[in-house]
Amino acid sequence: MNRRALLVLIASTTLTGAGMLAFGPLAHGQIGDFAKQERGRQLVAAGDCVACHTAPDGKPFAGNRAIETPFGTIYSANITPDAETGLGAWTEAQFYRAMHEGIASDGRRLYPAFPYPWFTKATREDVDDIRAYLRTLEPVRSVQRANEFPWPLNHRIAMAGWNGLFFTPGEFKPDKNRSTEWNRGAYLVEGLAHCGACHTPKDVFGADKTSQSYQGSEVQNWFAPNLTGDSRTGLGGWSEQDIVSLLKAGHNDRTTVYGPMAEVVKDSTSKMTDADLKAIAVYLKSLPASPADTPAAPAGNVMSAGKNIYLDQCSACHQLGGDGVKNIFPSLKGSAAVQSRLPLSVVRLILNGGHPASGPGSPNALSMPSFGWKLSDNQVAAVATYIRNAWGNTADPVSATDVKDLRQRVEAVNGAY
Amino acid sequence: MATASVVLMPSGAPAREIKGRVDDPWLPHQADAPAPLQDPGYVFFTPEEAAFVEAATERLIPEDDLGPGAKTCGVPLFIDHQLAGAFGRAGSWYMQGPWGKGQDTQGFQSRMMPSALYRAAIKAIDEHAVSSEAGKLFADLPAEAQDAILSDLERGKLDLGGADAKTFFKMLWQNTKEGMFSDPIYGGNKDMAGWKMLGFPGVRYNYLDWVDRHGEHYDQPPVGIRGRPGWNSTG
Amino acid sequence: MAQRLPSVDVLLVGFGWTGAIMAQELTEAGHDVLALERGSWRDTGTDFAPSFIQDELRYRYHGHLFEQTAQETLTFRNTPDQTALPMRRLGSFLPGTGVGGSILHWNGQAFRFLPYDFEIRRQTAARYGEAMIPADMTLQDWGVTYDELEPHYMRWEELCGIAGQAGNVKGQKLPGGNPFEGQRSKPYPTPPMKQTYGPALFGEAAGSLKLHPFPCPSGNMSQAYTNPLGVSMAPCTYCGFCEKFGCGNYSKASVQTTILPVLMQNKNFTLRTECEVTRINLDASGTHATGVTYVDAHGNEFEQPAELVIVCAYILHNVHLLMTSGIGTKYDPATGQGTLGKNYCYQLTPSVDVFFEDKVLNPFVGAGALGMIVDDWNGDNFDHTGLGFIHGGYIAAYMTTGRPIETELLPEGTPKWGAKWKQAFVKNYLTSMSISLMGAVMPNKVNYLDLDPTYRDVYGRPLMRMTYDFKQNELKLQDFALGKMADIAKAMHPREIKKSPRGPHYDIVPYQSTHNTGGAVMGVSRRESVVNRYLQHWDVSNLFVVGASAFPHNSGYNPTGTVSALALWAAEAIRSQYLKHPGPLVQS
Repeated sequence: MNRRALLVLIASTTLTGAGMLAFGPLAHGQIGDFAKQERGRQLVAAGDCVACHTAPDGKPFAGNRAIETPFGTIYSANITPDAETGLGAWTEAQFYRAMHEGIASDGRRLYPAFPYPWFTKATREDVDDIRAYLRTLEPVRSVQRANEFPWPLNHRIAMAGWNGLFFTPGEFKPDKNRSTEWNRGAYLVEGLAHCGACHTPKDVFGADKTSQSYQGSEVQNWFAPNLTGDSRTGLGGWSEQDIVSLLKAGHNDRTTVYGPMAEVVKDSTSKMTDADLKAIAVYLKSLPASPADTPAAPAGNVMSAGKNIYLDQCSACHQLGGDGVKNIFPSLKGSAAVQSRLPLSVVRLILNGGHPASGPGSPNALSMPSFGWKLSDNQVAAVATYIRNAWGNTADPVSATDVKDLRQRVEAVNGAY
Repeated sequence: MATASVVLMPSGAPAREIKGRVDDPWLPHQADAPAPLQDPGYVFFTPEEAAFVEAATERLIPEDDLGPGAKTCGVPLFIDHQLAGAFGRAGSWYMQGPWGKGQDTQGFQSRMMPSALYRAAIKAIDEHAVSSEAGKLFADLPAEAQDAILSDLERGKLDLGGADAKTFFKMLWQNTKEGMFSDPIYGGNKDMAGWKMLGFPGVRYNYLDWVDRHGEHYDQPPVGIRGRPGWNSTG
Repeated sequence: MAQRLPSVDVLLVGFGWTGAIMAQELTEAGHDVLALERGSWRDTGTDFAPSFIQDELRYRYHGHLFEQTAQETLTFRNTPDQTALPMRRLGSFLPGTGVGGSILHWNGQAFRFLPYDFEIRRQTAARYGEAMIPADMTLQDWGVTYDELEPHYMRWEELCGIAGQAGNVKGQKLPGGNPFEGQRSKPYPTPPMKQTYGPALFGEAAGSLKLHPFPCPSGNMSQAYTNPLGVSMAPCTYCGFCEKFGCGNYSKASVQTTILPVLMQNKNFTLRTECEVTRINLDASGTHATGVTYVDAHGNEFEQPAELVIVCAYILHNVHLLMTSGIGTKYDPATGQGTLGKNYCYQLTPSVDVFFEDKVLNPFVGAGALGMIVDDWNGDNFDHTGLGFIHGGYIAAYMTTGRPIETELLPEGTPKWGAKWKQAFVKNYLTSMSISLMGAVMPNKVNYLDLDPTYRDVYGRPLMRMTYDFKQNELKLQDFALGKMADIAKAMHPREIKKSPRGPHYDIVPYQSTHNTGGAVMGVSRRESVVNRYLQHWDVSNLFVVGASAFPHNSGYNPTGTVSALALWAAEAIRSQYLKHPGPLVQS
């Protein structure tokens, strides 16, 4: 199960508030510095703050979204400018300390479900601008619910120890040997965009396995893919433009984003500037490839059953050769997501179906239908194994036990088929 | 997976309201999937009714060297379950009176829902058989005699009391074809025998590479909604 | 007592194809639009996915996507002297219900009408004299011309990615297209579909007879396509489950695949499902609509005020709603007075079945609009002198499906059941096909819609009553066309052919087409039409009635293209004229 991922961003099926930000004229009597607030708005988008700080059916940024972690449930804070229950009374310095060190205005230590280990990289100017933007929001009175943590984790002082072991505060230090664009990308990826929160494997304490940075990780029964330069399971075969298109529109010529990342695209990356997306792409393309592994060979009878299922059930969209339809149906051939180390996302999409991100630039809603109601564990395993090993793909076979296990876990969230 | 776009109307109206700008109300693992036959036995027919339907449908589509007939293909079981369900109670039809016979061009005008029509018609046909064929029920008659009764039904030449013979025959024949050629999940078309007989490949969704192969026989076996033997690695 | 809700700018009754067009055009112009749909939300991946949609029993025979007569139906009779009886089961036509409406389950045969159609009375009289038009044929011009609609036809084809071969672009005749078509401003957005064996044989035979075969303009995608709204559709895979089914792989134009994804991102758009509009409300003057009354799934009644009401339901419901709301003057066939309910028309669809000895046609490799067409005997494309009828129809060889319950082509003399039936079915299933006519139907004085005196719907309203039969124009056209179809069939060198005429009386049982038209027709004057040339009600200027209900006659083509062009034409008039200066757009 999800033991390594302490930092969970978005997962349940009940996220709301997406895209409901109103960017109208300044509300609520704030004295406007348009440029600061506009920068702040973009940075808030980059940080995807709305995702965690909005409860299902709640007002945007008013908090109380339940964040499931392996250690208990955390409720997000109200970051609207309400004086009593939100950030209205916080000073710039207090806000910066929270972002930079993970310490609240009253001195309490925050749990790293609030991704301050990444936000610490943000510059003071950026943090001030984020605050400037947040102060333009409608103040919403909403008292943060108490976290549901077992002892001893309910003692926030324990976080001091965690911080001592795993957390080093410090703003991003540019690499003078790299381009400005690379540095901008690194600043965003390592900082506000906190990509590693999902894409870097975690140890038992929920801290990053820094030796495996961006090599892909299990998150809420999805697999956040490998972002390194590996050509089979990572971004090795991708162009910078492929990355930009994906982050902008939720799909590109080769694949479509589903699951938690679809929400990230909708709430965050689709709202970022093209220049920032390009910078992110430049930085990601510079990540060294993860070490190559050698997948086990699939059994012939499994491949044969999988091929039959594929022909009968999948080929109408993904096409006989697995190459999909550009910008419409993801290519499975050569797909990093299909060949990923763990088959979670592939199996889950077959079981549950999926709904991609859509945004103003991409008004499509081409859902993948669910097959969990009709395919047995063996059949799902066979077709998943097939697509992971057909057309030149290679990846470990998927077993019926893998499918059964994941089916049980997703059914626990979504109910039975 | 935003779903909050479905909200109850604040006015208290219970209708479902879907607002633009918050994406559409898609949910994972949902499918408007069909309900397959669960019980492999008769749930509506009495043994006598089952015997009639088995005999009658087998005359309508008999077994021969082209393939199995309606009975082997599970057509009677299919009809039984149809009559036990929404079709049998005319669940989606306008069934308010007054009732008139009308013209043929005005269509179905029976006040009997299909389950009642089958029940009444089978009883009347068996009574007719017993009285005119030396005490034998329809199912026990030789094939030629069964065919003669079916022909009389088709032409409306039998008086079935409250049930209309032509209406019943039309329904029986339509349901027989449905049982022979519908998806096997509904109890008929056993082992996709109806489809195999014709060369219909079933619920396939991709013939892209066959569009311009003019005159060639299609080379894949039929597949049903619940698959085919080739889907199982152990099969 | 109905609960009164806050008012909206624009209210749409029904959210099918015309509702979606109106919603898109008016939200794009910045107006708040509320659509009330009696059926449910529908999503491709959830409601008609390729994991279960290919279910002939459930969708074709149990009508899972169709309207249910238990909720709404009509009564029917052939002639005024008969007693109408309820259509208790769907048969001849199959209206849809739910988000996306009937276009969800269309074939995708995507035609324009001819320039002749819009000025049919004037042009017929000019060419043949007034005497060519029988006294009981209530033929009239539409009040709009082909040239006025052309940009809207084009827009519709671009929204839907229609695949086809143009025959006449800006007056230039193009080989392989329809030489008889009205002049187009542009070619089709995508190339025509590939043809399977059967239509290819038909095309060769028609060519050998010096006819002008062309591929059917298709709403099934011949290739991936992104429409001007940015919505993408995928290539059709020729699965043979178009008509009566939703498309599972986003390759058939529909509300879901062309417009809805954009509307779902527009904050001006709101959709309320499971709401049946039971009445359009008028103010005391009777000339201004104040909104509608609707009933939700729980039986609760609401009054929804609106500034502008646009009726976008299926044609039969458009007309029924006007009737039950008491808007307009009902047509009286005895006097010819009144307009509401007149000129109800349908479609004439005889066929000639073609049986080959050994040509394997694989009928299951099909698509709704896969086929070859000849238009040589449509409209006024040929001289009707002495024929005793006007108009015509296109002749087509479609290969839409091989679904085995529905596809039953049997040679002359085959028993209807039993061993010989089985042998004939098996022998001919892979090697037979059908040539069909999409025949025009002219309006007749005694083909009309009104309210039934006896039967009521679940809301307590009188059912609509349809009085309809094929008349001399149709029967003569049918005889003529069957001869032409047989000529082409014979030129395909089959083993045998079989003529399958319709009639002589219209029969509401066998499926023919969901091409009901008329009843709230458009025209040049309030004396002969319900709505003006912009589909605006003559009596109630903030009420528009959109759909095939506006057709004064039905042409020899499928109606969807013209329904769409008229909706876009009306939408433009609403955007550019009505909403700037509310009031009648045409002075009567």
